[in-house]
Amino acid sequence: MNFAWFVLPFSLGLFLLFILVIFKISFWVRQLPLRDRLLLNRGIFSLKIFKVIKEVIMESLLHRRIFKINPVLGFMHMSFAFGWFMLILVGNMESRLYAGTELNLPYYAIFFKYFLHQPLTIPFAEGFTFIMDFFLVLVLSGLLIALSKRIYSRVVGMKRTTKLKPFDVFAMLSLWFIFPFRLLAESMAAGMYHTGGFLTQPLGNFFAGFLPLGPLSYAMWWAYSIALGVFFVSLPYSRYMHIPTEIVLIAFRHVGIRRTKEYDMFKDVEVFSCSRCGICIDKCQLNTMAQVNTIQSAYFIKSIRKKNQQEAVVQNCLVCGRCQEFCPVGIKTDDLRLSQRMIFENREIADFHYLPQDVPVKTDILYFAGCMTHLTPSIKKAMLNILNSSGISYRFMDEDGSICCGRPLMLSGNNKDALKLMQTNKDIIRSSEAHTLVTSCPICLRVFKEDYNLNINVVHHTQFIENLIAEGKISLENSGAKISYHDPCELGRGLGIYDEPRNVLSQTGVLLKNSLERKSSLCCGGSVANNQNYNINKDKISKEVVAHLSAKEPDMIATACPLCKKSLVKYADIRVADIAELVSEQMVSNKADASRAEKKFNVESVEA
Amino acid sequence: MVDFGYKIQADRQINLDITNKALANFVKKHENSFNTCIGCGTCTATCSTAKFTDFNFRRLQLYIRRGETEQVKTEIAKCMLCGKCQLACPRGVNTRNVIMMIKKGLEAQL
Repeated sequence: MNFAWFVLPFSLGLFLLFILVIFKISFWVRQLPLRDRLLLNRGIFSLKIFKVIKEVIMESLLHRRIFKINPVLGFMHMSFAFGWFMLILVGNMESRLYAGTELNLPYYAIFFKYFLHQPLTIPFAEGFTFIMDFFLVLVLSGLLIALSKRIYSRVVGMKRTTKLKPFDVFAMLSLWFIFPFRLLAESMAAGMYHTGGFLTQPLGNFFAGFLPLGPLSYAMWWAYSIALGVFFVSLPYSRYMHIPTEIVLIAFRHVGIRRTKEYDMFKDVEVFSCSRCGICIDKCQLNTMAQVNTIQSAYFIKSIRKKNQQEAVVQNCLVCGRCQEFCPVGIKTDDLRLSQRMIFENREIADFHYLPQDVPVKTDILYFAGCMTHLTPSIKKAMLNILNSSGISYRFMDEDGSICCGRPLMLSGNNKDALKLMQTNKDIIRSSEAHTLVTSCPICLRVFKEDYNLNINVVHHTQFIENLIAEGKISLENSGAKISYHDPCELGRGLGIYDEPRNVLSQTGVLLKNSLERKSSLCCGGSVANNQNYNINKDKISKEVVAHLSAKEPDMIATACPLCKKSLVKYADIRVADIAELVSEQMVSNKADASRAEKKFNVESVEA
Repeated sequence: MVDFGYKIQADRQINLDITNKALANFVKKHENSFNTCIGCGTCTATCSTAKFTDFNFRRLQLYIRRGETEQVKTEIAKCMLCGKCQLACPRGVNTRNVIMMIKKGLEAQL
């Protein structure tokens, strides 16, 4: 039996790690509701397991999504994960082939080169030593990038990387030390017994020239083992817990564990899956445009993990969904944020008994303008003009004032209050027996679609207008004006409505391309989701967004959200208009009416 | 006693030196844009809730400054938090957070 005392730190660390990770995973599974636990059981023993394995290889080992976002960062993560995984896998293969038995203790493969006192005698021995050295080089190259990233983050194309707390630095250093020690230990072993490959052998020969390899290599094996052991023990308490947790998250996702609004086990798994890679930090406009750099998802998620949520951090977020869109782990950061806001909800329950209970007139199509559209009457007027001239029958649901859709309350964590408003609106919509609900405000649209369970067609006015054009109920004249389109967060990232507004706009004018659009579009800054000493930051963001949208010198900025319009118009030198306004102006019949009215006016003025 | 149709009004004098300013201070501390309010009433003019009921944000801030916390309690429950007032405010008062902070202050029984 091969044994040396230095294997103890490694073996103990691995044992503890194993226990802690198993404990944590079983905790998550036990806390799941029964239905989800059954789903998990059924899912794991079905074909879904292959999908899980595929995604684990693609994301946890190869880090495909990070590669897409930032290739250098992707390489760094891949080199660590895939390189190390292959070292373990190939190391186990060669040691087991050499020993001729499958029953080795885990340490044997890890310290194989210590126990090997002659060049390998297994089949493809040279191949094995080459592969082992190759992956060690891969990991070391990743280590080099990681080191330079910490010194100067722009090396990997990041303006800012995650700020670490002392314990995180400790865990990170223990990880970093593993590989140089391994390199030194294996090189020295190679120097003594000629067991090395293209990297370790020359290095070993070099050391053999002037160093007492025997005792020194023994010290290196100790150092290597201690680094491993320390890393394993600190793993469950540091951000490196994301390594085992991400596999659980991928499994949860594939078997279809339900998500709720509250902080549930799914969200807990997401929290532990966060590697604090810092991609969210660069995507956050509060960081890049308003210099607020303590609230980003990486820090926020850490505060949840430490059960140390600060109200100022939880509430200070636009919930624009940019970080969520770019999260390589696919954590639903917006849902997570809102679930935490529920902790700080107002206990003073709101009372909405004053709301009107009148029974609405029955109709097919309901138009809901929403609070924000009432604040921008030009959008409301334009929309009514479009609806009237298309000749369809509809009802203006909130003509005499809006009952809020409830989303602003939900965004501030007051879900109980929101439910009351939602019930009132739901009753009105249900009793009107409408089959389509059109709304001008993406904020309302989102809550109508996601939380009302209306079972009717809920559309944004851009979708409705596109449909009207397709049915030939209205026709547009292209003005040829150059238009820069701003994607509202709730409409675009929130509901995936990107094409309809563009299709409509390209019929009213010339739509300009924009470097940050669709999924990576900017938030206007006016989000009702942020209510922490906010107005100054909001202005900074709006200003930059307007500058970005006006970069190609468009004739006007178009958007599809009254709140975006309101925020952008404050800083724009050019016109900011909602799509409904542009459509209303460019409608052919409308133009004819306008010119007729003008003529009539001229005649009258001449007569006078 | 002959009823002449007159009655004695309750005393409405408020001595600003001795009123309970705890709630006002709490709100000011946590949302200092509240200090810039000039009571112009634009918020109330645009208010969604005020369309349906006698809700008045301008009066609410007066109550708070005067320390009339009891009236605040019944009034504040009506707010739908839609945020129109915040966009309308010419002084940049973060009205939504003011409302939330008032509620927080009431919870803390200031």
